[in-house]
Amino acid sequence: MLLEVKNLSVEINEQEILRDLDLKIEAGTLHVVMGPNGAGKSTLSNVLLGHPNFKVSAGKIIFADQDITNLSPEERAILGLFMSWQHPPEIEGVALDQFLFLAYKNIFSARDKNWQAPSVFEFSEILKKQAEILKIKLELLKRSLNVGFSGGEKKKIEMLQLSLFNPKLAILDETDSGLDIDALKIVAQSIKDYHQNKGTVLLITHYPEILDFIKPDFVHVMIKGQMVTSGGEELINIIKQTGFSSFIS
Amino acid sequence: MSDQSTIQQAWESKNAAPYLKSSRRGLDEDLVREISQSKNEPEWMLERRLQALELYNTIAKPAWGPDLSKLDLASITYYAKASGTESTWDQVPADIKETFTKLGIPQAEQKFLAGVGAQYESTTIYHNLKQQFKDQGVIFEDMDVAVQQYPELVKEYFMKAVPANLHKFTALHGAVWSGGTFLYIPKDVKIDLPLQAYFRMNAKGMGQFEHTLMIIEDGAQGHYIEGCSAPRYGVDSLHAGCVEIYVKPEARFRYSSVESWSKDAYNLNTKRAIVEKDAHMEWVGGNFGSHVTMLYPCSVLIGEGASADHLGLAFANSGQVQDTGAKVIHLASNTSSNIVMKSLSRGGGQSIYRGLLDIRALASNVKARVNCDALLLDGDSKSSTIPEMKIANNTATVAHEAKCGKISDNEIFYLRSRGLSKEEAETMIVNGFVEPITRELPLEYAVEMNRMLKLEMEGSVG
Repeated sequence: MLLEVKNLSVEINEQEILRDLDLKIEAGTLHVVMGPNGAGKSTLSNVLLGHPNFKVSAGKIIFADQDITNLSPEERAILGLFMSWQHPPEIEGVALDQFLFLAYKNIFSARDKNWQAPSVFEFSEILKKQAEILKIKLELLKRSLNVGFSGGEKKKIEMLQLSLFNPKLAILDETDSGLDIDALKIVAQSIKDYHQNKGTVLLITHYPEILDFIKPDFVHVMIKGQMVTSGGEELINIIKQTGFSSFIS
Repeated sequence: MSDQSTIQQAWESKNAAPYLKSSRRGLDEDLVREISQSKNEPEWMLERRLQALELYNTIAKPAWGPDLSKLDLASITYYAKASGTESTWDQVPADIKETFTKLGIPQAEQKFLAGVGAQYESTTIYHNLKQQFKDQGVIFEDMDVAVQQYPELVKEYFMKAVPANLHKFTALHGAVWSGGTFLYIPKDVKIDLPLQAYFRMNAKGMGQFEHTLMIIEDGAQGHYIEGCSAPRYGVDSLHAGCVEIYVKPEARFRYSSVESWSKDAYNLNTKRAIVEKDAHMEWVGGNFGSHVTMLYPCSVLIGEGASADHLGLAFANSGQVQDTGAKVIHLASNTSSNIVMKSLSRGGGQSIYRGLLDIRALASNVKARVNCDALLLDGDSKSSTIPEMKIANNTATVAHEAKCGKISDNEIFYLRSRGLSKEEAETMIVNGFVEPITRELPLEYAVEMNRMLKLEMEGSVG
C-alpha cells in the first residue's frame, strides 16, 4: 500500500473538519475523491501534505511504509508526495525558474546521495523541454511565481512541477477548475502521462467534467469530513445525474 | 564554533574594541581643538567646528521618534586618535576578523570595517581608474585630504545642505566630524562605473562621524556606492554621519549604500541632496543592524523640472528600531518625486516609515508618489507608517500607497511542499519582497544585500 490514512481526525481552530477518515491507495492506481463544497476535500489534501495550521487530533498517515503524520511538508515532498494546488499563491519577486531550480536540487539531492545536480544551463534545458510539452510560454519561467498568470497558466505550472519532481503520489486538488477546454485537455494529458508512467494519482474534484478525459480506478465520495462511499466509475454517473444528495443520509 | 554563532557574536558584541580602550570619552572645546589640530586644519574649519559645538550644547535631543534616553552622550569616544592611540589590524579581535573572512570581504575592506586606519594597497585597477578620473578633472578623495587640497570647494559647500543647526546630531557632527568622502564631478563629465568607497580607503580614522560631500556639476553624471555586509566594528556605539550632495542643473546622480551596524549602536545619520533645474537624484539604501536607526534621506528640489527617486529597505530584528524613510521638499514647479520604501520586522523588531512630502505654494504641477510596504515576519514584530504630507499647491498630483502584512503562511507552505525548508522559503519570499530595491544595485552589492538578509533570517529567534 502506498498510502494508508487510518482513522484520521483533523481540527483547525478547535473545529473538527475531518472525522475518522480512512483511505487506502495502492501504488499505480488512480483515485478520485468527489464531494460537495465544504466536505473537507481541500483539508484532506493539505493535511496529507503537512500544512502546519491543521492539527491531527487522532489517527495517522502511512506513506511508503513510513508514518508521516508528524513530518514536515518538505520531508514529505522528498519522500514523494506532491500536490497540485487549486489556488497556487502568487509570490512577487520570486523568479519561477530560480525557485524551481532550488526545489529540484533539494528534492533530488535528498532522495539520492549520489545525485549530481545539473548546472543552471542544464536545468534550464530540462525546464524548457517540459514547458514546451505543456505549451507554457517560456517567458513565464523568468517571471515572478504566478504573478499575473492566467488560471490556465497557473495549473500548467503545477503540472510542470508534477513532471519535474516525479513524485510517488500526486494529489491533484481541483486541478480542472477554471480551465478552458484546450487547457483542460493539456492538463488531463499530463495527468495521464504521469499515471501511465506508474504514477499514483489522487484527484480531488467536485466537477465530473475532467473524468471525461481520465478514467479512475476508484471513486470515493466525501461528505462532511468522512468518506461515505467508495466504488468504481458507476458513482460518477450517479453524481452526474443526481449530485451528492443521494449520498447524504 | 559554527559560522552562525560567530557572526551572531560579532553582531551582538558590545563593541569592547580593546585596542581603543585608552581613547578619551566625552566632548568639550579642548577635544574639538585637538581634532582640528591633529588634522592640521585651516582656521576656518576650526571655527566652524567650534560654532557647531556651541549649537550642540544648546540643542536638545529630538523629542519625537525612537527613545534616545539611554544614549549617554558623555560616555562616547568622539575621536579615537585624540589620545594618541594608533590602532592596528593586529589588535582587532580574531573573532571579528574571522567573521569578515566568512562573509567573504576583501581584507582592505575588512580593515575599514574594523575601524582601523587601513593602508590600502593600490591595485592596478585602482590606479587606472584614478588616473582616468583625474584626467577628466574628477576629484575623489578622503574628506580630510580635500579640506587641505581643495579648500575653496569645501568651504563653499561644507554643511550648507545639512547645516549644523538642523538638529543635535548634525551639530555634533559639525564639531567632531572626521574622514569621509569628497567627490567632485566637473561639468558634463559622465562616469559610468559606480565609484566605490574602498577606492579611497587609504585614509585614517573614518567610520563614526564621517562627512560625505559630493558636488555634481552641470550636466555631469555619476553613481557612488558604499556598502558592507558586516557590522562596522566602530569605536563606540554612536554613529552620526552626514552626506551632502549638490546636483547641479541637468546633472544626474545616484547614491547607494548598504549599511550595517553592530546591534548596540545608535545610527543617527543625516543625508541631503540639493537638486537643481532638470537634475535628477536617486537614493538607494539598505539599513541593517543597529539598536536604533533614524535616517531619512532628503531631496530638496530647488530647480524647475528637478526630480528625485528614493528607494529604501530597512530590516528591524530583535531589539532593534528602524525609524527610516524619506523626505522630499518640492520648491519649484514641474518637479517630481518617487519614494519606494520597504521594511521587514522580525523577532520583536520595530520598523517605522517616517516620511515627509512637502510641496510648497510656488511649486506648480508637482508629481509625487509614495509607496511603502511593510512585511512582518512573525506575530511579535511591529511596523508603523508616519507619512507627513504638506501640500500647499493644488495643482499637485500625489499618490500614496501603504501596505503592511504578515508573511503569508500559505506562501511558505507552498514553497515547503516543493522541498524548500522553512528558512529557505522565508528567505525566498523576503528576497522577492526586496527585489525592487536589490535590482537597482550593482550585482556584487545585490549579492551582499541578499547575504545580509539571509543572515538576519537565520540569526533570529522563533
